[in-house]
Amino acid sequence: MNLESLYREEWRRVLATTVRLTGDFDLSEEAVQDAFVAALEQWPRDGAPANPYAWLVSAARNRVVDQIRRRARLADQGMEIERMAALETSEIDLSEAAMVDDQLRLIFTCCHPALAVEAQVALTLRTVCGLTTDEIARGFLVPVATMAQRIVRVKRKIRDARLPFAMPPKERLAERLDGVMLVVYLVFTEGYAATSGKIWIRRQLCDEAIRLGRLLCELIPRNPELRALLALMLLHDSRRAARASADEQIITLEEQDRELWDRREIAEGVPLLEAALREGAQGEYALQAAIAALHARARRPEDTDWAQIARLYDTLLQRRPSPVVELNRAAAIAMAEGPASGLALIDALEAKGELAGYHLLPAARADLLRREGRWREAAEAYRQALALVANDPERQYLNRRLAEVEGLQSAGGALGAPGIIY
Amino acid sequence: MQYLLLIYDNEANFANMSQADFATMLQDYGRFTQSIQQSGHHRAGQQLQPVATASTVRVRDGKRQVTDGPFAETREQLGGFYLIEAKDLDEALAIAEQVPSARIGSIEVRPLVPPRS
Repeated sequence: MNLESLYREEWRRVLATTVRLTGDFDLSEEAVQDAFVAALEQWPRDGAPANPYAWLVSAARNRVVDQIRRRARLADQGMEIERMAALETSEIDLSEAAMVDDQLRLIFTCCHPALAVEAQVALTLRTVCGLTTDEIARGFLVPVATMAQRIVRVKRKIRDARLPFAMPPKERLAERLDGVMLVVYLVFTEGYAATSGKIWIRRQLCDEAIRLGRLLCELIPRNPELRALLALMLLHDSRRAARASADEQIITLEEQDRELWDRREIAEGVPLLEAALREGAQGEYALQAAIAALHARARRPEDTDWAQIARLYDTLLQRRPSPVVELNRAAAIAMAEGPASGLALIDALEAKGELAGYHLLPAARADLLRREGRWREAAEAYRQALALVANDPERQYLNRRLAEVEGLQSAGGALGAPGIIY
Repeated sequence: MQYLLLIYDNEANFANMSQADFATMLQDYGRFTQSIQQSGHHRAGQQLQPVATASTVRVRDGKRQVTDGPFAETREQLGGFYLIEAKDLDEALAIAEQVPSARIGSIEVRPLVPPRS
C-alpha cells in the first residue's frame, strides 16, 4: 500500500466527509492528518482495511469527537457532550452520492464569496488539494508565516461568522460556480506565468488547477462552462514543455518547437471544448479556449488563423470589456492585417491610460515596431517594458530583444523577427 | 446565531432625494422590518441620527477626551442597524441583501460573539 498516493486520492474525500459529520473545519483537518499518521503506523503492521476511506473517516471522526468532548467537559456544556455521544455511534453514510455532495460542499465553502479571493485560493489548495502551507507559500512567493496566517485567519472567519458547510441554493448556484471557476483559473494562471520571481512556470499549480477542473467536471457533469474551463487549461498547458528552455528562458509562441506540444492534452482539450460549445458554453473561458484551440491546430506559426482569433477577441470584448483583452486583440489584428493596424490600436489604448504600469503594453508595442523595422523606437519601448516587468524570465526575454534591436539599429539592418505571445 | 447588520450609506443621498423617492424608501424599510419580524429573524433595529450629531469619547491616561464627530470620517456613514437571528452566514447575507439601503449603500454583516454560558 502506497500511502502517499492514498493521501493524494483520499485526503479530500476523507476531509469533506469528516467536516460534514462534525461541522468543524479546523478540528477535522487536524484529525484527518492524524488519521493518516495512524494508518501509516497500523496498516503495515495489521494489514490495510478493506475500505480505506471508511477507516480513515471513522478514525478522523472519533478524533474530532474526543476533542470537542474534552472541550465541552471543561466548559460543562451538557448538550455538546450529548451531541458527541450521538455522533460517535451514528452510522456514516458512505454512499457515492454522499461522497460527491461532501466534496462539492467543501469546494463551495472554500470558495465562499464572503472570503477574500486570495484566502479562497489558499484554502482551496490547502483543503481541497491537500497541499501543505509550505507548498502554497512557495507557489505564490509569500513567506510561509504570511501564508499560515492567511489560512488561520480564513478558518477563524469560517468558524466565527458561521459560514455554512453547504451547497448554495439553486438560484445562486450559477453565481457561486463562477466564483469557484475563478479560483481554479487563478491557480492555473499563477502557475502558467508567475507574476514575479525567478521561475516562470510553476508546474505544480498548473497540475493542481487541472486536477480541480477535472474533479469539478466529474462532480457537476455536463456543465458546458466547466468543461470549457478544463479545455482552456489543457490547451494552454499543452504548450508547457515548449514555452521555456531548460534554463528558464522564455520561448515565444512563434519560436516554439511545436513538436514539444503535448498532443495528448490537445487531443483531450479540443473535443472537450467542441462538446462544451455544442452544449451552449459561451462564457469567457470558452472564448479563450477557442482561441487556444486555433493556436493548437496550427502546425506552423504561419498557419495560424489570426483573423478568426481577432474575431474571437471581439466577442470576448463585448462580453467582458477589459483593456488586457483589447491589447490581445490589437496583437491579433497586427498579425492578421499587419503591424501598422495593431500599432494604431495600441496607441489608442495607451492614450486611455488604463494600462499604465502594465509591462505587456510597451512590450507589445515594441514587438510591432520591431516587425516594422523601426529599431530605435522599438528599443525605447523595450526599455519602458523593462522598467515595469516583475519576473526574471520575462526580464531576460525583454533584454534579449532589446540587445537584438539595438544591434540591428547600429547595423542599419532590416529583418523580420518573431513575436510576443509566449 | 446573532448578526448585526450595519447600514452604511451616504447621508447626502438622502438629503438629495426627491420627496417621492424618500417616501418610497421609508415604505420599503417599513415592509422589510415587518417581513423579518414576521419571519422571526428580527431582534432589534433602529435608525441613527446623522453623523453631525455624533460625539466620540476616549479615555487616555485616565483623562476623558470628548471630540465632535464620528470615530472615522468616511464617504458612507453608519445610518442604522438591525440585530437579527439567523442560522448561518448565508441566511444573514440573504437578509442583508433585502435591506433597502443595500441598493444605494452597503450593509456590513457582523456576527456577534455568543454569550458565555
